[in-house]
Amino acid sequence: MSYVLIVGAKSDIAKETARVYAKNGYNLYLGARDIAELEEFKTDLEVRSSVKVELVELDITAFNTHKEIYNSLAEKPFGVIVVSGYMTEQHKAQKEWSESLNTINVNYTGAVSLLNIIANDFEEDKRGFIVGVSSVAGDRGRKTNYIYGSAKAAFSAYLSGLRNRLFESGVSVLTVKPGFVNTKMTEGLVLPQKLTAQPSEVAEDIFKAQQTGKNTLYTKWVWRYIMLIITTIPEFIFKKLSI
Amino acid sequence: MSLQSWGMYPLVENEVIKFSSEKELQEKLDTADELVAYGNGRSYGDSALADTLVHTKPYDYFLDFDVTNGILEVQAGVLLSEILEGVVKHGWFLKITPGTKLITVGGAIASDIHGKNHHIEGCFSECVQEFTLMLADGKIVTVKKDEELFLATCGGMGLTGVILTAKLSLKKINSQFINQTTIKTRNLKETFAAFEEYKHLPYSVAWVDCLAKDENIGKSLLMVGEFADDGDLRYKPKSKLNIPFNFPSFALNTLSVKAFNWLYYWKSQDGVSKQRVHFDSFFYPLDSIRNWNRIYGKNGFTQYQFILPKESSFDGLERILDKISQSGKGSFLAVLKLYGKKNENYLSFPIEGYSLALDFKIEKGLFELLDELDAIVVECGGRIYLTKDVRVSKETFEQGYEKIETFRKFRKENNMSEKFNSLQSKRLGL
Repeated sequence: MSYVLIVGAKSDIAKETARVYAKNGYNLYLGARDIAELEEFKTDLEVRSSVKVELVELDITAFNTHKEIYNSLAEKPFGVIVVSGYMTEQHKAQKEWSESLNTINVNYTGAVSLLNIIANDFEEDKRGFIVGVSSVAGDRGRKTNYIYGSAKAAFSAYLSGLRNRLFESGVSVLTVKPGFVNTKMTEGLVLPQKLTAQPSEVAEDIFKAQQTGKNTLYTKWVWRYIMLIITTIPEFIFKKLSI
Repeated sequence: MSLQSWGMYPLVENEVIKFSSEKELQEKLDTADELVAYGNGRSYGDSALADTLVHTKPYDYFLDFDVTNGILEVQAGVLLSEILEGVVKHGWFLKITPGTKLITVGGAIASDIHGKNHHIEGCFSECVQEFTLMLADGKIVTVKKDEELFLATCGGMGLTGVILTAKLSLKKINSQFINQTTIKTRNLKETFAAFEEYKHLPYSVAWVDCLAKDENIGKSLLMVGEFADDGDLRYKPKSKLNIPFNFPSFALNTLSVKAFNWLYYWKSQDGVSKQRVHFDSFFYPLDSIRNWNRIYGKNGFTQYQFILPKESSFDGLERILDKISQSGKGSFLAVLKLYGKKNENYLSFPIEGYSLALDFKIEKGLFELLDELDAIVVECGGRIYLTKDVRVSKETFEQGYEKIETFRKFRKENNMSEKFNSLQSKRLGL
């Protein structure tokens, strides 16, 4: 039972996370919509770490395929890490319903569909871990990013409930809330360097937090306090701000 | 986000190009004006700085590992530290490694780096079986030993193209530990004698006390060693300390003096002592402190590294150490090393002789002092290391490197001089 399933495996955070788990001896299922692009990465992991890596074709928004895909895995994974994310510019998301819907489906609905299936399985076996990569954007809705933020908020609430439910079965659930990360998703944005993490740092943080059974991880850690301040601002002031 | 060099001087703005496939780089190379490759930013000066940089570190897949014969093929952005994480457990090690493992393979080739075993095993290019290189027109070529392109690219500071992948031969080891001998010497003469006495051992380096004066000039701790043979290969890298902000510059003196005192007085009481140390602390003592460059403060620093031919090493070093000690500038420790025969590469730094490296924080009067040191280096027939340099004059540089014209001609003939340039290559007309 040494496999970990990473969903949304093409993202920078997912790839670095895969490397950390491989380095620590875990075999991997890498789930993504287009797995052809992951062939070279599979070789990279196998050569670096001598672990087994299987590519799994998985579209997080193709809800009705999730059960079959999960059941077809030769060996049931010991843990699952959902990294799938989709962020478009706010002005696009608020104008085009298809953009809004895709944001909600990739960041929330799809994750719920897949994790429902996996949670039932883990609960029955009384083992395993679940990691969901949410975002600090879900801690409070802001005018610059609230469609993405609200989907992540829903995902965070889902993970919190799941953690509560699975506690008795010994299945751990970790909510990851990255702040700014230097990835393809944020390419072109001007990010404050001191608050911006590298994907490899996020990956190390995730591994450590998961292994020690943490509930919520802010990465970089300073975001816990930034978000504490942001969520404490009274709404009658907050609604006038541009942050 | 602009990329900076390790010395944090000069601080410049730049546009950063990333790529994840050959095709993507070809397209971006085509539209870009002038650029140079940037790996993990560990070169000290302006050799990997330019208005446009190709950031190769994210291009970092392992491609193949022949575990029986120790042949590893990787993309150029892979760090030496990542190689060690992958190969030590199988009983392999880097044939050549510098004093930091946090450099990319592409950077190691471009600087033709060397390490504590130069006197026996030579430069990084010795372990490069072949590499692939994207030329100015986007064409990708496989470059093998002895080809002109090999001689120009190894040590060529990224000025021949963008290195994409490399096939490296590794060294067999049977332990992750080093049997180290530390020799305490009282002056330069003793230091030189100790280097010669222990030169049969694969690894050697000396830390020179730059505060020593008069008859004590050249007082050192020489550390030599070889891999142990105990079969322990369970390698697990330790996590790192971080220096999260720039130190005020006065902190430097206190820190380095303490470090030296601790080493010098505690470590070896009576001349020669033996230790068993992990390869990480033997080869990479500073890597355990992430961003140690910040201890020099926000104005940045430079490392002055030169090498002198063996026959003029003793006199030259004595004069230079004397000047440094009188100036009151510079770090309190310098690194001294005996080098073996030079190779055929056009711009590789090492020649047979002794090299000294020490850090200077950027301050008023520094460059004048370094110019004076340059004069002694030139007089002794020595040269300056491009990977560390940020200020050497064209004249000084040219007098040290007899193959510079071959390199310039090669660049020109192959249309490299218009496409690939760094601040350093422009400064020195490389």
